[in-house]
Amino acid sequence: MSIELRNISKKFGDFVAVDNINLHIETGELVALLGLSGSGKTTLLRIIAGLETPDSGEVLFHGEDASAVKVRERKVGFVFQHYALFRHMTVFENIAFGMRVIPRRERPDEAVIARRVHELLKLVQLDFLADRYPSQLSGGQRQRVALARTLAVEPKVLLLDEPFGALDAKVRQELRRWLRRLHDEIKITSVFVTHDQEEALELANRIVVMNQGRIEQIGSAEEVYHHPANAFVYNFLGNVNLFHGRIENGRVFLGDTAVELENTHAHAHPETGKAVLYVRPHLLEIVMKPNGKQTFPATVKSINPAGPQVKVELVAEWGDMVQVEISHERYQALHLATGANVFLRPKEQKLFVYQI
Amino acid sequence: MATKRNNVLPGFGLTLGFTLAYLGIVVLIPISTIFFKTFTLTWPQFWAAVASPRTIAAYELSFGASIAGALINSLFGFVVAWSLIRYEFPGKTIIDVMVDLPFALPTSVAGITLTAIYAGNGWIGRYLAPLGIKVAYAPLGVVVALTFVGLPFVVRTIQPVLEDLDEEYEEAAATLGASRLQTFTKVIAPALIPALLTGFALAFARALGEYGSVVFISGNMPMHTEVVPLLIMSKLEQFDYAGATAIAVVMLVASFVILLGVNMLQRWSSRRLAA
Amino acid sequence: MARQPQSEPKRPGTADPPAVRIALIATALGFVALFIFIPVIAVFTEALRNGIGAYFAAIVDPEARAAIRLTLMTAAIAVPLNVTFGIAASWAIARFDFPGKQTLLTLIDIPFSVSPVIAGMLFVLLLGVRAPLGGWLADHGIRIIFAEPGIVLATIFVTFPLAARELIPIMQAVGSEEEEASIVLGAGGWQMFFRVTLPNVKWGLLYGMVLCNARAMGEFGAVSVVSGHIRGHTNTMPLYVEILYNDYQFAAAFAVSSLLTLLAIATLIAKYSLERRVAPVKQEADDLAIKVAA
Repeated sequence: MSIELRNISKKFGDFVAVDNINLHIETGELVALLGLSGSGKTTLLRIIAGLETPDSGEVLFHGEDASAVKVRERKVGFVFQHYALFRHMTVFENIAFGMRVIPRRERPDEAVIARRVHELLKLVQLDFLADRYPSQLSGGQRQRVALARTLAVEPKVLLLDEPFGALDAKVRQELRRWLRRLHDEIKITSVFVTHDQEEALELANRIVVMNQGRIEQIGSAEEVYHHPANAFVYNFLGNVNLFHGRIENGRVFLGDTAVELENTHAHAHPETGKAVLYVRPHLLEIVMKPNGKQTFPATVKSINPAGPQVKVELVAEWGDMVQVEISHERYQALHLATGANVFLRPKEQKLFVYQI
Repeated sequence: MATKRNNVLPGFGLTLGFTLAYLGIVVLIPISTIFFKTFTLTWPQFWAAVASPRTIAAYELSFGASIAGALINSLFGFVVAWSLIRYEFPGKTIIDVMVDLPFALPTSVAGITLTAIYAGNGWIGRYLAPLGIKVAYAPLGVVVALTFVGLPFVVRTIQPVLEDLDEEYEEAAATLGASRLQTFTKVIAPALIPALLTGFALAFARALGEYGSVVFISGNMPMHTEVVPLLIMSKLEQFDYAGATAIAVVMLVASFVILLGVNMLQRWSSRRLAA
Repeated sequence: MARQPQSEPKRPGTADPPAVRIALIATALGFVALFIFIPVIAVFTEALRNGIGAYFAAIVDPEARAAIRLTLMTAAIAVPLNVTFGIAASWAIARFDFPGKQTLLTLIDIPFSVSPVIAGMLFVLLLGVRAPLGGWLADHGIRIIFAEPGIVLATIFVTFPLAARELIPIMQAVGSEEEEASIVLGAGGWQMFFRVTLPNVKWGLLYGMVLCNARAMGEFGAVSVVSGHIRGHTNTMPLYVEILYNDYQFAAAFAVSSLLTLLAIATLIAKYSLERRVAPVKQEADDLAIKVAA
């Protein structure tokens, strides 16, 4: 089922949580609402579910206005951040809950319910836990039970609120992959909220980057990462270095060196003439000699060779701290040591400039 | 907040010593007298006092009326607690403050006031008399008085639990298709049962031992409207200390058993609901 | 997790239908009106039944004044003693580990589970003239039962747990870090107590005092047993109310009752405003085993 949000706004007292959001989600998509706390992503999710009423705007399911439809009739599955499993019910009873509250006339009989519960338990690989209580399960297990519980009522839409936020890193990884596979299998329209950009980049078909109640950018992982629409998105997704420079006569200077820029929007601050450049750590090269234009002097401060790439921390000539990621082979070839004076060269002419 | 054996902080000996001494003098010695006195009774004496028809009638009335009062409080106290926590309405704060009145008001004041209200010519009594409903000087009056004294217990035990109930559970139930009534019976109510039980037991225990609120409205007619505390008082006034002691011991044992039961119930149900 | 009460539904997923809301509120109001407000109004109406003149006459009557004096004196003795106990007990329990702590807690709660009549009876059995100890005291001219000391003792017994029950969880929740820090900085025991401990538990202390005082001034059953009902001498206000009532001096009885009712209402207001200060500290203590029923 497709979801459309038109001009959705919501305030809590004086706080603007959601500011005139327009969004269209296709049937079967897996969409991430990505942003910091207070960006409005959870509020938006809850508005879709019917757990909050927007101050203005409409929510449309498959083109039909759902604003008047109450929560219990919306057929949305909602997985809460802390799972909200019913503590006094077993895993089985939790999953069966949605089927057992169907009005008597349409309610399937117990045998059918039991069969479906066990199907779902097998799907989430937890059928040996049917008689346990939530307090006896690990976080990851509770999460999967919560998911099974929402799937039991065959929702048209699956909404997940920071589904993996409360879990350990390893468990999070596993569940992410597992959710991806599940979605490929079931193809249910899914929207999940996260502040973890790695998670969004890995899981989602499309990412909606939100900030202070507004959408900064919507696009695939590739798009938002490599073609960020503005500084916020660029800064938010992936690691980034900040360079403080200045703009004179339409040219950007970092220290004494002029920067050649393509594909950027360079605006200096009208009064101070200052500008900030963003560069990703793996887009900088370290060279020993200034080789052609576009190199900046820097001194090595520390080297961290543990990991798939070597992380080098340097101090640029004009004072900024810089983080660069280089391959191990390169590191060997350069014979880098702390205190060494080197030069930095951007690999692509794609520095992103934004005024301060 | 760890309570560990503390070698840094002073005063252990002083405070514990004072505590035990004070406890001993004020509580333990008096309590023990009742058991000593009991042992001086012979079995026939004990049995005569405890099993006489008048005493049995008093036990029946005490337990019956206390249960009735506690049940009424469980139902209406729940409604009061629910309304105070979940809804806004004018006068809410005043009600929240005044719910504790039975705690703070001397029982004799409560007693004479309830009698004035429910006597045949009283504020409410005069409307009930033509209907043949006798409250004052009848068992019903005892129930009314015991409802009054137990009122705060259920409300105050349920309030904090209700407040802490995370709304997400109700929202989860709603997204799964449950109606408001279904959400209440299947999700909210089970979480409140331990508190409700505790409140009921506290109200019941308080009602069992109540004297002042009851002595005026009941009329104290033996075999009819005499509750156990009144019977004990009666015996004391006649210097029948043996009889009074025997009856009191049975009451004490019953109260301890109830409290023990409540503690166990509480621990059992909170284990079930451990997050 | 703060709950928003519903004037209009703010969270649609937790909203009750308006009809249900109205019905429940009406029921709650009706119940509270019947059992709480009507009695309060009745006290004052009945007190003024014979006019304001009679009302004041009843209150300034010498026997009434004697009763007021005895009530105040009893509270003035019982409350400080029990509060001191509460402080000592909560300190010992909250700051140290020792065997039998749980038993101690249960023992402290005993007066709560004893009927007031039985409580009074205990003292009669122990200290009445027919009892060994009481007889010995009487021979030496000391009357306890059917005299003021008996009333004070019975009141102490009945109000015994009140301050301790409030202070123990507070003392635990407040924690000992600040006190330990003060010791390390060189403070003596009493300095630490007055400068660090007491200020931290002051709201709980006040709260316990308020509860203890209300009960001490209002106790009827236990005091009734030990007092002997000797007019002008061994009657507290609650007892005096009974005497007036049994004498058919209804308006006077309600007049004295009205004073006690005003005291009760003042207690409730004090309780309510102190509760706000105490609640955040108590919240942490809720998980502890201390918070057992009664």
